[in-house]
Amino acid sequence: MPGAIFAEGLVKTFGDVRALDGVDLDVPEGTVLGLLGPNGAGKTTAVRVLTTLLKPDSGTARVAGIDVLKKPHEVRRSIGLSGQFAAVDEYLTGRENLRMVGQLYQMSARDAKARASRLLDRFNLADAADRIAKTYSGGMRRRLDLAAALVVSPPVMFMDEPTTGLDPRNRQQLWEVIEELVAGGTTLLLTTQYLEEADRLAHDIAVVDHGKVIARGTSDQLKARTGGERVEVVVHQAGHIAPADEVLRGFGKGESKVEEHTRKITVPVSGGAKLLAEVIRELDARGIEIDDIGLRRPTLDDVFISLTGHVAEAEEAEGQGPGSGKAPDGRPGHKRHDRTEAAS
Amino acid sequence: MSILDGAPTAAGPRPYGGIGQSVRDSLVVARRNLIRMARIPEVVIFGLIQPIMFVVLFSYVFGGSIAVGGNTDPSAYREFLMAGIFAQTVTFATAGAGAGIADDMHKGLIDRFRSLPMARGAVLTGRTLADLVQTALTLVVLAIVAVIVGWRTHAGIPKAVAGFALLLLLGYAFSWIGALIGLSVRTPEAATSGGLIWLFPLTFISNAFVPSDNMPMVLRNIAEWNPFSATVQAARQLFGNFPDGYPVPAAWPMQHPVWASLIWSVVIILVFRSLSVRKYRSATA
Repeated sequence: MPGAIFAEGLVKTFGDVRALDGVDLDVPEGTVLGLLGPNGAGKTTAVRVLTTLLKPDSGTARVAGIDVLKKPHEVRRSIGLSGQFAAVDEYLTGRENLRMVGQLYQMSARDAKARASRLLDRFNLADAADRIAKTYSGGMRRRLDLAAALVVSPPVMFMDEPTTGLDPRNRQQLWEVIEELVAGGTTLLLTTQYLEEADRLAHDIAVVDHGKVIARGTSDQLKARTGGERVEVVVHQAGHIAPADEVLRGFGKGESKVEEHTRKITVPVSGGAKLLAEVIRELDARGIEIDDIGLRRPTLDDVFISLTGHVAEAEEAEGQGPGSGKAPDGRPGHKRHDRTEAAS
Repeated sequence: MSILDGAPTAAGPRPYGGIGQSVRDSLVVARRNLIRMARIPEVVIFGLIQPIMFVVLFSYVFGGSIAVGGNTDPSAYREFLMAGIFAQTVTFATAGAGAGIADDMHKGLIDRFRSLPMARGAVLTGRTLADLVQTALTLVVLAIVAVIVGWRTHAGIPKAVAGFALLLLLGYAFSWIGALIGLSVRTPEAATSGGLIWLFPLTFISNAFVPSDNMPMVLRNIAEWNPFSATVQAARQLFGNFPDGYPVPAAWPMQHPVWASLIWSVVIILVFRSLSVRKYRSATA
C-alpha cells in the first residue's frame, strides 16, 4: 500500500534547469522522511509540487491518499505547510495571524480564536501574542509560522528547512515540537541541509542532488556509506607528517589520507571522544607537535562527496553543521535569492 | 498538553465551494489588509498628500490660464477639474493593490494562502476590497478639501453620490489591473513603479485636466474613448460641473458617459479578475 506521501516520476523544469528530474518518494504513514540536499537540489520544488503550489511537468503524486493533481483542494484540507521562510503577516499580531489562518481553514471565528490561544500558549508566544509579528525575533517568527501550519492537525505535514537561520537554542526547541508532533502520528516530510537534523528527526533520509534522489536509507545506512567519523590532525612541522600518519593508522579503521601542503592527516575511526584522547596521548608521547586535532563526524559535504564525488555546490559548501553559527541567516531576501536561482 | 489537543483533524466542517465561502474568505483577507493599513497609516497619509497637492496646484496655478469652453474664470476651471482629480486619485489604487500583492508573494504569504483550503479568488478579492475602503476614505478627505477651495456640485445630492459611486467602481476596476501587475513582477518596488507609469499617459491623454477639443485629432480620439475619460465625464455630469458654454464632444462615450463608465469598469473587472485569478493559481514567486 502506498504511503501517506507518494510520488512517482516527478519532473519539473524551469527553462534549462531540471529542478526535479524523476523523483520518486514513498513515506509510510506516521513516519518522517528527511529530504537532504544543498540549495538548488530541488527540495523546495518537491515540497511545492506535493503541497499543490506547483504543477509538475510529468509524474504523479498522492498525499493522504488523494491525487495532488486531480484534487488539489482536497489535498489542501489535509496538509500543513511550513515554508522556507516564516510566512506570517508582520503587521498582524501573532494572535491575529493564527485566527486568520484558522478561519481560512474554514473554522468558525470562535473556534479559530480558541485554537489560536492554545497554540500561542503551546509555542511560548502567549506573552507576545498581541504584539505585531514585526517585533518578533527570528525564532519567534518561525514558531508562529509552525503554529500556523498546525492550526488544524493535519495528517500530513511539510516543513521546508524549518530550522534554517535559527540559533541552536531555537533549533532545539523546534526539534522538540516536531518530535511531539510525530509522536502524535503525523506523517512528515522535512527538507534540510543538515545531516544532524535529518539524523535526529527522520526515520528515512532521501539525499537529493540536481533534481534526483541519489541515495535513500536510514541515517545509519547513509553514515556507513560515508565512512562514519574520523580523526583529523594538523601537525606543526612537515617533518612530523610521517610519524603522525603512522600513529593514526594504528588507531584507524581504514586508509589514512595525507595532505602535504596543509600538513593534515585524516583517518576513519570508531570510538569517539575516548579514542581521540588516546590519539592525543600517543602523539604527545612521541613528541609530535600538533596545530589542530579533532573528531569529525560526517557532514552533508561528506555525504555528497561519497555519493556524488562533488561537494554540495552552494554557499554552504563548507558543510556547516547546525550548531556552527554559520548557517545562512534565513532572511527572506537571502533565501529568495537561493530559490530564484533554483527556480529560474 | 499536546500540540494537537483540541485541533480538528482536518479542515472544518464546511464543504468547499460556493459563493458563501468566497465571500467569507474574501472578508477574512480584507479584514487582514485593513488592519495592516491601520497599522501603517503612512501609506494612507502619503496617498492623500499627492491628490491634495494636485487640487491646490491645478486650481491656483493653472486655474487662471485654462479656458474651458471659452470660459476663463478660475472658479469654472476648478469645478471642471475636480472630477478629473478625483478620478486620477482612485486610479492610484492600482499601485497599492499591486505593491501589496507583490509584497505578499515576496514574503511567502501567497504560498501559505495557496496551501490553505480557501476560495480561489479570495486573496485577491480581499485585497481589492480593502483598497476600495482606502480609496473611499481618500475620496472623502479629498472632497472636503475640494469644497474648501470652492468646488460645489449643482445637480443634487443623489446624483453627486452616484458620481462618487462611479469613481469608486473605476478605482475597484483598476485595483484588479494592479493585482495582475503585482502577481507578474518579482518585487514590490517593481509593482509600485509598474503600477504607476502607465497611469500618467492614461490620465493625461484624457479629459481630466483639460477639455479634449484642443488636442490633436489622434490624441483627441484616444482621450474621448479612454475608459478613464468616461468616468471623469460621468462624474462631471452627475456633479453638474460642466462649465457654461462647454461643448460636449460628439463621441459616444462622451455623450453617454454614465453608461460608458459603467460598461468600461465592469469589463475591466471581468477581464482582469479572471486573468489575475488564473495567474494567482499558478503563481510562483
